Amino acid sequence: MNKQSNDKHAVAERINAGLARRHAVERLFRCTGLLALLLGLTFLCALFFSIISKGYTAFQQTYIQLEIDFDEQKLDPAGERIYEVLSTADYGGLVKQSLRTAFPAVTSRQEQRLLYDLVSFGAAYHLRDRILADPALIGQISRVWVPASDDVDMLIKGYIKRDVPEAERRLRDVQLAWLDTLETEARLSLQFNTAFFTSGDSREPELAGIWGALMGSILTLAVTLALSFPIGVATAVYLEEFAPRNRWSDLIEVNINNLAAVPSIVFGLLGLAVFINFMSFPRSAPLVGGLVLTLMTLPTIIIASRAALRAVPPSIREAALGVGASKMQTVFFHVLPLALPGMLTGTIIGMAQALGETAPLLMIGMVAFIVDIPSSIFEPATVLPVQIFLWADSPERAFIERTSAAIMVLLGFLIAMNALAVILRKKLERRW
Amino acid sequence: MSTVLEKPLNFSSERRRGERRKHARAAASSATVPREDRQTVGAAVVENPRIRCTDINVHYGSKHAVKNVTLDIGQHEVMAMIGPSGCGKSTFLRCLNRMNDTIDNCRITGDIWLDGLNVNDRAIDVVPLRAKVGMVFQKPNPFPKSIYENIAFGPRIHGLARNKTDLDEIVVNSLQNAGLWQEVKDQLDQLGTSLSGGQQQRLCIARAIAVNPEVILMDEPCSALDPIATAVIENLMSELCAEYSIVIVTHSMQQAARVSHRTAYFHLGDLIEVGTTESVFMNPLHQLTEDYITGRFG
Repeated sequence: MNKQSNDKHAVAERINAGLARRHAVERLFRCTGLLALLLGLTFLCALFFSIISKGYTAFQQTYIQLEIDFDEQKLDPAGERIYEVLSTADYGGLVKQSLRTAFPAVTSRQEQRLLYDLVSFGAAYHLRDRILADPALIGQISRVWVPASDDVDMLIKGYIKRDVPEAERRLRDVQLAWLDTLETEARLSLQFNTAFFTSGDSREPELAGIWGALMGSILTLAVTLALSFPIGVATAVYLEEFAPRNRWSDLIEVNINNLAAVPSIVFGLLGLAVFINFMSFPRSAPLVGGLVLTLMTLPTIIIASRAALRAVPPSIREAALGVGASKMQTVFFHVLPLALPGMLTGTIIGMAQALGETAPLLMIGMVAFIVDIPSSIFEPATVLPVQIFLWADSPERAFIERTSAAIMVLLGFLIAMNALAVILRKKLERRW
Repeated sequence: MSTVLEKPLNFSSERRRGERRKHARAAASSATVPREDRQTVGAAVVENPRIRCTDINVHYGSKHAVKNVTLDIGQHEVMAMIGPSGCGKSTFLRCLNRMNDTIDNCRITGDIWLDGLNVNDRAIDVVPLRAKVGMVFQKPNPFPKSIYENIAFGPRIHGLARNKTDLDEIVVNSLQNAGLWQEVKDQLDQLGTSLSGGQQQRLCIARAIAVNPEVILMDEPCSALDPIATAVIENLMSELCAEYSIVIVTHSMQQAARVSHRTAYFHLGDLIEVGTTESVFMNPLHQLTEDYITGRFG
């Protein structure tokens, strides 16, 4: 009896002796985890801070107010008001004339050219669009806000410093003086940059927008979703519920898992060889981009869908089979609805991956400089990440902020898609 | 109905009685069948059975799970299958509606005759078979859908109801027969999974009888339930056997004694003894049966 209680005492001693060490290990583990989390958050914050601080200015654009004389003699001497005449009239001339009247002291050709450089050459298109929308303006004098050139924009936003020597500055002293005049007359202001959201790409930063790339991304993803979701889910259902387990299904499983890890540029090469060279689909089109991204996302969707199907408890299958449901009825009435949230999550994650993918699209010509906004999946288009790549590659100072702004838009879409995945999962999730 | 059903067996006294009987028998040298002999003893065959199984063998890969079992299941009877874990009773039960098909590398030989149809014929369609032979599982497994949908699923896929009124009637009748109607009649659109464990199991029974089967297989239907829910289900079984044949696998010998008319004792894949519940419990013919019901092993 005494020996036993001694033993118990000894056991308690040993447990207590080890206790401090056990707790220390646990604390260490927790701290490591917390540290890793903090590190991750720091990098994320740094990324967001860098992008937002560089990019937020792109949502504003410097405009210059000009007094334009829509002279009928110049625009439409015949007075017919037909589209062909109005759309080919010399609007650039109107802009130049307006600038000359605003600064009558400028006479030499060289100075005049410097003066014209203050205003974006997009100002002419701006005036044309106004006249085409409202021909009644012809013959009137009106004040119009037109976009300033990117150098002026950079100066106003503070990226071009006034105190650097003139030779190293992109704007001359004389141009700065004109801008000061405009500013004192309140004819120079920063306004919301609608062009950034409504126009396609351009060589001129002040005219470049993301709408073309965004449309390209939407069309490409639509093709990807329409193909990869049904094919991926059907494949997963077949492999998981119907296919016999044997050497062949093992082989297929290994291959699908391998495909998920294949570098995406390889899919691009495959798309180039098969869809463009062999099947002669149009180059640079969202159709081909969507097909290539489908190949790329399929393994992700199949793997996620199979995991979701495997997570459905077998008791549900037994219950359905037990009342005499066929395999198909069991799968479609009971298993699939329960697996759907997981499948959707996998699909949306795959889509988000596809949205951010650049490499395979480079191979199929979606890297081209495309100004027009695509309206169908057969027209040439580019996508957001490729647009970011193109802008990041451009030498103009003003493209730096636009690159960051485009990244912000892309991140916004990614966040929206992932949020959608969470909402769908919460909504469709069922307990059993 | 046997006296066993009316008066539950008292096991402590039963064990003592078994001991006494064994001594008495040893004295009279009328020993039970010895342990080594694995031939089925008792009355495995009945007249006019609902299901007749002959020489059933089941292999899982190289494991011989059920060995040469020949057994009849009578009309309107509750047949209990007892035996230690892993003795093949659940496997045998799942042969009766071909649920073992879902298990890879499971091989079944032998004949199972139900209404002139060999259940074990690979060529038969399992869909009508499983409508005829319903099943209730160990863990209540209602679909994560409404109570109504849980029951309506079977009749709907088999096309048993011509219209909505028919279907409603089937649902109400099934719930009434399963003794669940009073409790859920105002909440048919609630999730089946929101019910208590005992209610869920009765919902599963209602789901099984909604397709109007001839036989109901129950694989330890009460093992996840408390004693009160168990009593409700047991009462239900004695009512249901008026219309259906019931085969129940159970680990509780008290339950077997309470609800069944005939009892089959399995041991390591062999069917050792079959007989009326009364004779198996009161007067086992085989040494292994006696050892098991007296609690000497298992």
